[in-house]
Amino acid sequence: MTATIERGSATASVNPPADTVKTAKPGRKGGFLGSSNGKKAVMAITGAVMVLFLIGHMAGNLKSFAGAESFNAYAAFLRTMGEPILPHRVLLTVVEVALVVAVALHMWSAISLARRASKARPVKYAARRKSRANGYAVHTMRYGGVIIVLFVIYHLLDLTFGAANPAGGGATPYDRLVEGFAPSRWWVTLFYVLALVMVGLHLRHGLWSAFQTLGLASSRSYRPLKAVAAGLSALLVIGFLVVPVAVAIGVIK
Amino acid sequence: MSMNLTLKVWRQKGPKDKGRMVNYRVEDVSPDMSFLEMLDVLNERLILEGDDPIAFDHDCREGICGMCGMVINGVAHGEQVATTTCQLHMRHFEDNAVITIEPWRAAPFPVVKDLVVDRSAFDRIIQAGGFISVPAGSAPDAHSVPVKKVDADAAFDAATCIGCGACVAACPNGSASLFTAAKITHLSLLPQGQPERDSRAVAMVEQMDAEGFGGCTNTGECTAVCPKGIPLDTIAQMNHDYLRAAK
Repeated sequence: MTATIERGSATASVNPPADTVKTAKPGRKGGFLGSSNGKKAVMAITGAVMVLFLIGHMAGNLKSFAGAESFNAYAAFLRTMGEPILPHRVLLTVVEVALVVAVALHMWSAISLARRASKARPVKYAARRKSRANGYAVHTMRYGGVIIVLFVIYHLLDLTFGAANPAGGGATPYDRLVEGFAPSRWWVTLFYVLALVMVGLHLRHGLWSAFQTLGLASSRSYRPLKAVAAGLSALLVIGFLVVPVAVAIGVIK
Repeated sequence: MSMNLTLKVWRQKGPKDKGRMVNYRVEDVSPDMSFLEMLDVLNERLILEGDDPIAFDHDCREGICGMCGMVINGVAHGEQVATTTCQLHMRHFEDNAVITIEPWRAAPFPVVKDLVVDRSAFDRIIQAGGFISVPAGSAPDAHSVPVKKVDADAAFDAATCIGCGACVAACPNGSASLFTAAKITHLSLLPQGQPERDSRAVAMVEQMDAEGFGGCTNTGECTAVCPKGIPLDTIAQMNHDYLRAAK
């Protein structure tokens, strides 16, 4: 028996056997939002929206050091901003809706990518896989995100709606703040501290990752980007924490 | 000066077998042996004893072909930085060490046997877009298409990817982003890669997803184990090209 080689066979394109060619699996959405890169872009952009909100939120909180009148006036302003061009509370409602949408999309992409990741490694390693890069914060993203969601729910019930606050929903924002973090409620303050440290770790990795995901990072910008991420995360955590801690130790009363 | 080692090796008879870790004692190992030569010594003994030798992929044993690769003590290609398994030497291990050896773990890399995994998923990602279309025929004039030195260097850095799959093995998400990004970056930085730049990024990312690899969460584990040191900014380049194409 002799093997025959067809003319041109060495340069002809080789098609893989049909059963090995994979196309998108049924049930997996194609297109931009179905792709891992698309989901990541959604995560980055919604994260950026939330970071901008956090900066404003933190700056507003610091008004509490200026006294009850100033803080309550600021809270009232949030409802009247945009007037008279816009009706009462419209701009604030727009911001709230945008935030809810951002949170929902951020969680959707995170859950979707986490499920994809767990499917990608059905058999785990027997040896403990040693982390060799990028530090601690990156490993807190998924469980940290869950803690942050739970914290946000409690935080809204506490200081926004007043349901979990001793002063109740009818009190002024300043009274809710002062009674919510009263020294006797030290465990609430402690919970806020832990949750905000989680927020800080989340931002430590999330901030520079957003630039990487949107294709705006390069090997030259990693160092400054990570420095800014660390700095802004620390600034936000400290800026947010000084208020409840000041109430808990009696500086704000 | 010889070493005695205890190996815990993943043994799996075939794709359908459940597989398990098996302990082996290897004696009189020279510190000058490569990791694969140490496994050769064990395999020769297993053959003499009538046992099935441990199957593992290897070819050039010079660190340039991308065939070898195993997760050694939880690290793809072992602790030695920028080193393939074949270029890892036993002098980096202590006498009487216990060494865990496992295959790359990822759903798109099914185990064929023992430490051998099927990496055809990478071939299909390349087939999806890792090429340029040029008219065949006589070679073009040298320097007829100028390429900036910085671009040529960066493209070459990306092109040094040998497709071993360590990035997937090390990624906590089982993502093939570093591999796919290296291939996209290599072509997208060069003039010859421009005509298909957009379609390439979309096609390769979609194939990477269709194969069942996870998404990137910028952990950097891939680049830390990469024997060729493919940098993380190739993934930024891939993200950039994909978003540019999606616009």
